[in-house]
Amino acid sequence: MGVTLSKRFGEHGGQYIPETLMSELIKLEAAYLHFKEDPAFTADLGELLRTYAGRPSGLYFAAHMTADLGGAKVYLKREDLNHTGSHKINNVLGQCLLAQRMGKTRVIAETGAGQHGVATATAAALLGMECEVFMGKEDTERQALNVYRMELLGAKVHAVTTGTQVLKDAVNEAMREWASRMDDTHYVLGSVMGPHPFPTMVRDFQKVIGVEAREQILAAEGRLPAAVLACVGGGSNAIGIFHGFLTDAEVRLIGCEAAGEGVDTERNAATIANGSLGVFHGMKSYFCQDEYGQIAPVYSISAGLDYPGIGPEHAFLHDSGRALYVPITDEQAVSAFEYLSRVEGIIPAVESAHAVAYARELVPTLSPAENVIINLSGRGDKDVAAIARYRGKEVGE
Amino acid sequence: MSRLAAAFAGKKPFIAFLTGGDPSLADTRRYVRALVDAGAGIVEIGVPFSDPIAEGPVIQEASQRALAAGTTTDNLFELVAALRDADGITVPLAFMTYLNPVYHYGYERFFAAAAAVGLDAIIIPDLPYEEQGEVKAVAAAHGVAVISLIAPTSAARVRMIAAEAEGFIYLVSSLGVTGTRAEITTDIAAIVSEIRAVTDTPVAVGFGINTPEQAADLAATADGVIVGSAIVKLIAAHGAAADDAIAAYVTQMSSALS
Repeated sequence: MGVTLSKRFGEHGGQYIPETLMSELIKLEAAYLHFKEDPAFTADLGELLRTYAGRPSGLYFAAHMTADLGGAKVYLKREDLNHTGSHKINNVLGQCLLAQRMGKTRVIAETGAGQHGVATATAAALLGMECEVFMGKEDTERQALNVYRMELLGAKVHAVTTGTQVLKDAVNEAMREWASRMDDTHYVLGSVMGPHPFPTMVRDFQKVIGVEAREQILAAEGRLPAAVLACVGGGSNAIGIFHGFLTDAEVRLIGCEAAGEGVDTERNAATIANGSLGVFHGMKSYFCQDEYGQIAPVYSISAGLDYPGIGPEHAFLHDSGRALYVPITDEQAVSAFEYLSRVEGIIPAVESAHAVAYARELVPTLSPAENVIINLSGRGDKDVAAIARYRGKEVGE
Repeated sequence: MSRLAAAFAGKKPFIAFLTGGDPSLADTRRYVRALVDAGAGIVEIGVPFSDPIAEGPVIQEASQRALAAGTTTDNLFELVAALRDADGITVPLAFMTYLNPVYHYGYERFFAAAAAVGLDAIIIPDLPYEEQGEVKAVAAAHGVAVISLIAPTSAARVRMIAAEAEGFIYLVSSLGVTGTRAEITTDIAAIVSEIRAVTDTPVAVGFGINTPEQAADLAATADGVIVGSAIVKLIAAHGAAADDAIAAYVTQMSSALS
């Protein structure tokens, strides 16, 4: 076939994956290239996004937060209101529909916080596919409710006990499983990471966030935002909203990564702040690693940002200076979690709270004529017990 | 003739794998000697990586033990130097590891060190054909072979990969990860004849092999047989006292090939 997609973002990206999976990745790329231009496929996906996921998601003017911070107007892109409670559904519906068109009857997925696992289990239930989710054992304990949610939806959840028992180990296990069974199985990767074509394909499925947000802010304000903020683990919600504004040079794109207990402590997941170039999980990008290239154990209160790498397109946006990446600590994120709950009556996912935290610093430095958009990538119901624990309170789940 | 070519000249080598530094560097050094004395024609030393995505539980756990014991890439270069200089090991020695430890060390620095200590080849499971370019040129300049892997799913890719392979071809016998299997269902002979259509580079089969019968069967079509998990399991069971168990097992396996 004549058309191919670029496998790289600058020097990042690529396909560093065992030979066993290469033929499958090549088939996936071909299927994606075909179906993304197929009117029946795009119509089916569009219909599901509207009637099942609840798109478009609203762009909410946060009047109280704006008044309280005393700077630019604050808008929240309400991905938390999507079906299953986060942006993850955008990608999952796209990939599961594609997998079905490819003749697959079974999907597997990794999950950290459980949001991507729940979204995949949901799409599998909807489309009548078998579903198995790999989740670090530590995360199954932090997010016990999401494990049961996935089981309710008919998925089988595997608690991963290898390595550090968190998100990166769940990705390892999902890749091992895929390498052993690919005839009937598609691996629904949950972020803009992994080997090509995942970073491009997942980005394309998440671009809807940015496309909508750009139209909505122009309708509401008649001008583009001064800044767009999003949390970054692998980085799918961030790349989704950034892409709506990538060519608008005056719009600052800011990714907020998890600094855990602080970038200068042992316990963080701040890949841009502390990482270095490496090759892992199929891609060249930045990773937290030691002097011998062993992947470092990382930590964040947010299971969804608890990942030692970052998607290759983010690595490129960092290199090129188009986007800025800032570290946000657990304490800042929890404080923002509580702040948004109280001030706007919106409980954000602790992941998204990392972006809210940076907005609290940035917004007061801007003028009231300006506006900013925070991508509220998910809702925080799943985090309530963990936040209570962080504050020294025990609540039953 | 290179050490690798000599290992395949007129014979079908038994290729043994063990994880470097499991349970200690001193044990690995002794075990390599034991493998060679028991008939191994090539020895692969695993450079442990934190996240070995192509490995089953046995080698994953060995990697964790080796890392927990503090094993580093530099330690393993020193080990190879000792095997060559002090122990007089003359069979080909290969590293098996993942790309990140090599990339992070720096390709030039890594392959210069590899050549200096007498390493013959490197096997990197997460470096497929499409990405080999950045490594192969540097490795070749230092005379180290980058081993290509071919899988049961390679299909149309077999000839493309085989045509550019160097040293030997690592034919992955089964889907999935490393680890012993009761039977191997892939049509190995069909893939080997595809390979033979484009190259004379020897073909060694690995993944899942653990009995002398399997080894003898595969050697009827392939040029060598690779065994890892079965040896690593013995080391896991016997720790620092696995010498006799390794010797007995490898003697049995290598005699199945001769």
